Amino acid sequence: MIEFISLPLMQRAFLGGLIIAIMASFYGPFIVQRRLAFLGSGLAHAAFGGVALGMFLGKDPLLIAIPFTVIVALCIAWVRSHTDLEADTAIGVFFSLSMALGVLFLFLREHNASDATMYLFGSILALNKNDLYLSFAALLGCIASLPLWGRWAYATFDETLARVDRHPVIRDEYLLLVSVSVLVVISVKIVGILLVSAFLVIPAACARLLSRRFIHMMGWTLLINIGGVVCGLGASYLADVPSGPAIVLVQSAAFGLAFVKHRLAPIQ
Amino acid sequence: MTVTAIEAHDITVGFGEVTALQGVSFSISEGSFTAIIGPNGAGKSTLLKVLLGLLPPDRGAVSMLGKHAEALARGVVAYVPQKKTFAGQFPATVLELVVSGIIGAWPWRIPALHRKRAMDVMERTGVSRLADQSIQSLSGGELQRVFLARSLVNTPRILLLDEPAAGMDIRGEAAMYHILCDYQEESGATVMMITHDWEGARCHADQVLLLDRSVVAFGPAQSVASEERLLALFGHRGHVHETHREAKA
Repeated sequence: MIEFISLPLMQRAFLGGLIIAIMASFYGPFIVQRRLAFLGSGLAHAAFGGVALGMFLGKDPLLIAIPFTVIVALCIAWVRSHTDLEADTAIGVFFSLSMALGVLFLFLREHNASDATMYLFGSILALNKNDLYLSFAALLGCIASLPLWGRWAYATFDETLARVDRHPVIRDEYLLLVSVSVLVVISVKIVGILLVSAFLVIPAACARLLSRRFIHMMGWTLLINIGGVVCGLGASYLADVPSGPAIVLVQSAAFGLAFVKHRLAPIQ
Repeated sequence: MTVTAIEAHDITVGFGEVTALQGVSFSISEGSFTAIIGPNGAGKSTLLKVLLGLLPPDRGAVSMLGKHAEALARGVVAYVPQKKTFAGQFPATVLELVVSGIIGAWPWRIPALHRKRAMDVMERTGVSRLADQSIQSLSGGELQRVFLARSLVNTPRILLLDEPAAGMDIRGEAAMYHILCDYQEESGATVMMITHDWEGARCHADQVLLLDRSVVAFGPAQSVASEERLLALFGHRGHVHETHREAKA
């Protein structure tokens, strides 16, 4: 069982998966508590538009997808702060627009679009060194935002109180969305566009059912995310099934257990 | 010499074609207790937002202790929002919420010094026994007392409250007024509070600002919050449960 960890391919998969698990554990609770759970799906579909543009231009799809998705995230934040539209409506608009552009770019491309399916369903075993470098850079960005945790959590609790204390609430929301965009794009290769929001939403939702304090929610999210990657990749190797669905199924099982625990002994 | 705590000059705020505040001017001296009263949509909460620097006025200027709100040091002004403004499902304990008032951010851990300071003020507002409870488990009245504790934790010189008695029973409301008046007497702080409670305003406030988009009246509570003014502003004398016949009379 242990020999698969010695494979360079699996080592890269574990490393990439753990980096994403750590980042998703930092951002996920903010996304869930700010009722932006749909954002993960929306940005993943925006990433599809970016990947397709990268393929159309003949460039590295992920390198093109990052700025593309960041721009979409900024557009969502801008529309939210300048109209009365709810977040899910703004996300829905840009989700559809990005998908339409993605399909159009793939149609205009001279080669067939079969390699795009790798991004739709993910392939953690296809992670290369460049993907890992990109993930490390994103992780450094995440670590750099650690000092902002207190004021992000404060604004998540009550935006008005945070504004009274002179925190740049709007600028922080833009920064959060940009950070989540980068996380979504680098996660696309691992779990695929269709499942990428699971990293952000399921462990954090599960953690919410188990936590009385926000900091504990972060801790549970990290535990469930890392457990999901380790158990999911292990199960994927042993059962010879795709890694993305295996990770998401482990996360979902954790959610099921947390739900039962919550029903039997709710947090007071 | 009387020091001016809050000064508003010709404040005008509009939302599209709707005028929320029109030419509002007043001056409040330090150490006074002012109740803001007015019908729904009178611009009361908008006025507090302008004072706090959350909403820039279209015209006019405000100052607190001679400065704009943004220029004041943190903790000089405290604000108690209406309870519905925060995310109800946020996982938090009462102690964390009060400590957030001390540090102006959400605490990831609570040092002993902050715990003691928070517990002292929670003792004062009667919620120290709730310190480790989840905020979701509190009643409306308990939550308001927790927010009151949070606002007092930095010993502010100016206290702005937006309907702090909402959700409280009669006993809780009376206790809240006593806490506010005691704090004001001890610290010499200025209190400005939005309320719909005319009787409470008459009994506890030094002065009343009657607002209906512009200042209707401003002066000593006993004379401004009179039945005649109530009738003029609300079309009612303030006795909510008077009989239909009494109201017509």
